[in-house]
This record gives sequence, C-alpha cells and structure tokens, in this order.
Amino acid sequence: MNVAPDRDAFAPHRPEVLNVVDADDLDGDVRRKAAHALSHRAAVALGAILKREALRFLGQRGRLLAALVRPLVWLIVFAAGFRAALGLSITPPYQTYITYEIYITPGLVGMILLFNGMQSSLSLVYDREMGSMRLLLTAPPPRWWLLACKLVAGSLISVLQAYVFLAVAAAWGIRFTLGGYLAAFPAIMLAALMVGALGLVLSSFIRQLENFAGVMNFVIFPVFFLSSALYPLWKMAEASPRLRDICAVNPFTHAVELIRFALHAKSEPLALAVTIVALAVFGAGAIWGYDPARELAGRKIQ
Amino acid sequence: MLGPNGAGKSTLFGLLTRLFTPRAGGIFVAGHDLARNPYAALQLIGVVFQQPTIDLDLTVRRNLLYFAALHGLAGRRAEMRVTAVLERLGMAERAGERAGALNGGHRRRMEIARALIHRPSVLLLDEPTVGLDAAARVAIVDHVHRLAAEDRLTVLWATHLVDEIRPPDRLVILHRGRVLDTGEAGEIGGGDLSGRFIALTGAHS
Repeated sequence: MNVAPDRDAFAPHRPEVLNVVDADDLDGDVRRKAAHALSHRAAVALGAILKREALRFLGQRGRLLAALVRPLVWLIVFAAGFRAALGLSITPPYQTYITYEIYITPGLVGMILLFNGMQSSLSLVYDREMGSMRLLLTAPPPRWWLLACKLVAGSLISVLQAYVFLAVAAAWGIRFTLGGYLAAFPAIMLAALMVGALGLVLSSFIRQLENFAGVMNFVIFPVFFLSSALYPLWKMAEASPRLRDICAVNPFTHAVELIRFALHAKSEPLALAVTIVALAVFGAGAIWGYDPARELAGRKIQ
Repeated sequence: MLGPNGAGKSTLFGLLTRLFTPRAGGIFVAGHDLARNPYAALQLIGVVFQQPTIDLDLTVRRNLLYFAALHGLAGRRAEMRVTAVLERLGMAERAGERAGALNGGHRRRMEIARALIHRPSVLLLDEPTVGLDAAARVAIVDHVHRLAAEDRLTVLWATHLVDEIRPPDRLVILHRGRVLDTGEAGEIGGGDLSGRFIALTGAHS
C-alpha cells in the first residue's frame, strides 16, 4: 500500500485506465485497446452475473414452481369465483365482452414480476449477509453498472416465469394472439425492470433478512391490491373515488396496463411513460442507496 | 497490522476496497487515487474479507471463474489463470469440488487463490485465519508469507493474533482508529511482541 501520492508523477497525462490491461497481450495502439478492453470487461462482467443468477435459479427449482402456483391458484380459483360476481363492461383495450380470467391474466403476470422483484431484493439482502454482495461491490466496474447487471439478470428470470405462466394459462384456455404474445415481451421486460429497481431500492435500506416479512406486508400487498391488477379502475371508482385515485397514481397499475394493452397488441402511451419514469426514479434511488459515499450504506454491507 | 477487536481494522478494509468512502483524506493504491480512478485502483487490489464470500453451491472452479469475469477475464485466459492460482495455493485437485464440501482451511485458501486471479499488486487479508484450526492457520500464514517473498506481492494482513507475525514483517499496531507503533515486528517487540502489544493497547484504553 503506497499512501504517498507521488507515484502519480510517473505518468501524469496518460489515462490511468491503461493499467487495467495486462501487459502480456498488448501490442500496437495501447490507448485504443485500453478503451476497448474497458467495454469488453463490462460485457464480461454482465455475462458472469447473468450466468450466476441463471445457475442459482436452476438450482432452486422450487422457486419456479412457487412463482407459478401462486398466480395459477388466483387464475383458476379466484377468477372463477369472481366471474359471477363481477360484471365487466367493454373498455379499452377490449372490444367485446371478456371473461374475468382474460381481465385478470395481465394482473397476474404483474404479480409474478412483483414477487420475483421482491425475491431478488431478498436475495440481495441475503447476499449481503453472506458476503457475496461485498465481492460484487468491490469489483472494479462502476457500481451503477454492477447494479444494472443484477437488475437485468433478475428481470430476465421474471420474464421467463411470466411466459411459462402465460403458456400454462393458454393450456387452460386463456389465449391471446401471437402478436399479443410478442408485443408483451418488451412490456413485461420493462415492467420487470421497474419493479426490480424498486426491489433494489428496498434492499439498500433493509438491514436484515428478518425485516423482509414486513416488506412483504407493507409493499407487495398494497402495491398489488391498490392497482388495476384485479379490478378495473372504473370498478374501483364505484366503491370509492379516493381509492380509484390512489390506484391511478400507483406505477404498478401502469405496468399492468402496459402489459394488458400489449397482450392485445395495442399500445398505451401513458402507461409506457409512467413505467419508464418510475424505472428511472427507482433506478436513481438504487444508485443513491448503494453510493459508497453514504457511509451508512457501506457499514450495512460490512 | 495488529490490533485488538474494535481497533478499526475492518473499517479500514471497507475504505480500502471502496465499500464506503472516507469523509476526509484520500487513499492511493500503487499511485492510483481510489476516489478519482476507482477502476484502476481496485484492479490492483486482491482482497480476502473476514467473512467468507463463497457460493457454496457452485464448484471451486465456477466460483473463481465468476470472480475472474467480474475483473474482465473470460474464456481460455480465465481458465488458465484459475488453474494457475489453484496450483499456486496447492488446490489444483479440488477445482471440481463443490465449494460447500471444502473444509474451512481450504475455503480460505480458495479465497486467497481467487484474490490473486487478476494479478493484483496488493493483497488485503482481514483476519483470514478466524475460525480455523491450528494446522490450517499455520498453513495459511506460511502460504501468504511465501507469496510476499516469492511473488513480491505487497500484503496487508490484519490480525489480533501475535503468533501470526514473524520478526522481519513490517508491523503497524492499531488501536481505536489510531496507529500506536510502526516498524519491523522484531524491533517493536524485542523478544516479547505479545507483552509489548498488551502493554501498548492497555496503556491507551
């Protein structure tokens, strides 16, 4: 450890990035290679994080099963019971009367994303207790990039689960058009990133694993029930206009609506905009939450 | 670096690895400002934290490859480096084993091997022998001393155990965030480093 800064004098004008390149395979334009190496290294880190999350996901088959059983129970039991109780009028994107199962499916996709996002957040808190978060955060790539890699990895797993659910639902008779399934991919991915980023923010503030049950109660349930996942907003308004307003500002409502419209191969600019803005806000919150300059964040990782 | 519990050793390691940043002052790693150019500085540091940081479900090799990739190493080059560091630490035949199946001493050795994959010039170890039996402790102490001597690696070894220090080692005694003494261990301690350590830290508490 050299505490004195005087060694800087050796190469004051060279980009210090040069040092990240190994001398053993360098010849030619050193500077260009250094810049190239940096982006290459970022990509290698992304690949490694994706691979690790995939391996871990495959190692916990129960997780896929649990993630599927929950929404399927809702779809098959809850929706069947509610179909009789709830009359649905024709509102966009629907052009004809639909069954309640059709209505609730995008909401249940949202539920998968939400639970999975929180699960990733839980695994981050767990990683922190087990120390592997420390390994990640002390790696050379910038922290925002490492967090983004984590977020993308978790979201891809969410999307995979959402499509497995849609496939099972299709086998149950709840089908959308091929165009709808394709258009839903970017919508589901965006929604997954948004709730995943929310999970990241939460994980930076939760100290211990035990507090996670509280998060379930205080985040997942209000976010899910105060949204258009189970009932359309106009139905909420019949019960209470204030309730409807709360649901209308919930970003999760917009994520669900984005998926709903996409599954019918339609677009919803407002839902898209709100989801993107929410992703940006939560993303910034996560970067702030994990900022090494916030001493508290570091101490928690310690 | 020798210091009793609460001396600030782990806090120093958090600062050196940029888990958090200091409120005042700066940290330079082999000439690189950790605040201004963290990528270059962190690239030169290999670290073994006090608490193990291993994916127990993955094999030793996979654990090391994951870490190599975080440092931008992939493909054949990463494979070769992993093989080389495992050989260096006498762990080559365990590459295919699940990390969870290793005993404490081997896990630690694996973590030291991992910290060397990207060929750092500084190796940081935060109480690396905690929880190990006597034989494993001696083995780890020997290994790291050999790394410092043969590979000309700068090693910062934090401990509260006097018997891990050899007379020619450069020593810093830390207590409650302050440096009490620094120099060659043999000179500081004379014949009785343990007694000197107790006297120094006792006088300041």
